[in-house]
Amino acid sequence: MTDRRPALPDGLVVVVKRDCATCVMVAPLLREFDCVVYTQDDPAFPESVDAVHDADLSVSWHHEIETVPTLIRVVDGVEQERTVGWVADDWRRIIGIDTLGVQLPPFRPGCGSLSVDPNLIDGLRARFEGGTLHARRIELAEADDDIELMFNRGFSDGLPVVPPTAERVLRMLQGTDRDPQDIVAIVPPDLVPVTVEKVAINAVLAGCLPEYLPWVIAGVEAVCTTEFNIHGVLCTTMPVGPVLVCNGPGTAAIGMNGAANVFGQGNRANLTIGRAVQLVIRNVGGGRPGVGGIDRATHGNPGKLSFCFAERTADSPFAPLSVSRGFDATQDAITVFAGEGPRCVVDQRVRTPEELANLFAAALFATHSPKLHGGLGVMVVVGPEHGRVLAAAGWDRDRFHQELIARLNKPGSEVAAGAGGIADGIPAEYASLPAVPKFRPESMLIVHAGGDAGLFSAIIGGWASGALGSSPVTVAVHTTQQSEVC
Amino acid sequence: MTRYVLDPSNETKPADRPLQSRPATLDGQVIALLDIGKARGDVFLDHLDARLTALGVATKRYKKPTFTKPAPVDLRHEIATNCTMVIEALAD
Repeated sequence: MTDRRPALPDGLVVVVKRDCATCVMVAPLLREFDCVVYTQDDPAFPESVDAVHDADLSVSWHHEIETVPTLIRVVDGVEQERTVGWVADDWRRIIGIDTLGVQLPPFRPGCGSLSVDPNLIDGLRARFEGGTLHARRIELAEADDDIELMFNRGFSDGLPVVPPTAERVLRMLQGTDRDPQDIVAIVPPDLVPVTVEKVAINAVLAGCLPEYLPWVIAGVEAVCTTEFNIHGVLCTTMPVGPVLVCNGPGTAAIGMNGAANVFGQGNRANLTIGRAVQLVIRNVGGGRPGVGGIDRATHGNPGKLSFCFAERTADSPFAPLSVSRGFDATQDAITVFAGEGPRCVVDQRVRTPEELANLFAAALFATHSPKLHGGLGVMVVVGPEHGRVLAAAGWDRDRFHQELIARLNKPGSEVAAGAGGIADGIPAEYASLPAVPKFRPESMLIVHAGGDAGLFSAIIGGWASGALGSSPVTVAVHTTQQSEVC
Repeated sequence: MTRYVLDPSNETKPADRPLQSRPATLDGQVIALLDIGKARGDVFLDHLDARLTALGVATKRYKKPTFTKPAPVDLRHEIATNCTMVIEALAD
């Protein structure tokens, strides 16, 4: 194992491989000037000079050789300039021979360096950069089944996870510019600082691709805020977990789904980003269900494995959710909401926005209990065919929100404890109130998602909202700066 | 060749923490009765308070601001400073 950057000798250095037509073409020139030649594949190549075999590719890796041939000029151990491929003018200027290779064409591109070969790069990164990882290493016995070991160690959420080898973790870390030892958040319930590296390890477990990592980082950051209160979301007996809504051009770039089967199976980004966030809470924060765990949900919901989706913004009657929460539409952002499983809201005859608002209001009264008013949050997910009804009438998010809130009041006498033969309800002393709101306005989020066909929408019931429980949090997704939180 | 994976956990898994031994007697104890804010927790604690007071045991009543979050550090400190035992009306 080589951890140190090997020094290049002063003078001229050329890196080549036999499996490259341009290298073969320039090989006869190498005896025309003093240079040290490193060969990547065949130690006998080139026959024209004695070459140093870069057998473990350490020279190529540490000096970032991406193309062969590469010509480098070194003074006092410091690289002064380089050229890649065959660019006759550059070679003649660097070497100082005006007539070098006059018989050759003026330009020929080089070939990919073995040190960036897709089949080799993960192993090379682990060999040369693995020492930069800080996480404890868990040795596997020869007879160990990797997947079963991850279950036995308690690292799984109940489904198989991808074993986080150094190769996979280093590849995952390519998804961000952040230093692996940066602290992303303090993770409840054990209040453990989590590094980018540790998030990346859990992203590997979840099955993420490296380009998902910034979204996972932002998701972890968002759920670990005081406002979101993941500690409370975990330990409540109610069936809620983090619901992640993703906005911005990056959602399409990583192939997220905001359309058909948006809450369902089949999309890797949707399913693994949310899963990775939950695995960080489990493995780093210590938030687990079962014996000794603080997750005390009476039922839970399947979304506690992963509940993450992109908002469908292209044909939405609404501005993106993130824009309504203070972000620019070009900024990738993730909003977290403490929610239970989705339920379908059906009206296949609706033609006016008023009818749609009436429908939603009637359905929303039933969330959690028709007698519970005032304290819980909710997310309304408008399907595209319902959304078209709103768009045709010019109703934007604010208008629809106002119309819903205005419809979601009931007289105190109907929602007081005992009213309607139902024990629960608001205290009896408020029974004389003329109107008791079902939701506080700020506790209702509205998004647009779903497939093209079907006059359906969805409601995702929330949890105790606001300072007493959980508030939605939106965080910018990026790789080079600290996230902005709204 | 040795194979290994990287630990995804917080690497701070503590050794099992044993429960505190239970007091042999209530004599001299000051018992904190902590209402976390769940429905009817106060009723439960009212009954306990009456029973303990009848036995001559000192009690102090406390309440969390919200049941959804851990008790604030000041409240925990106050209980730890002023009381020797805690009885918590936990959940509903």
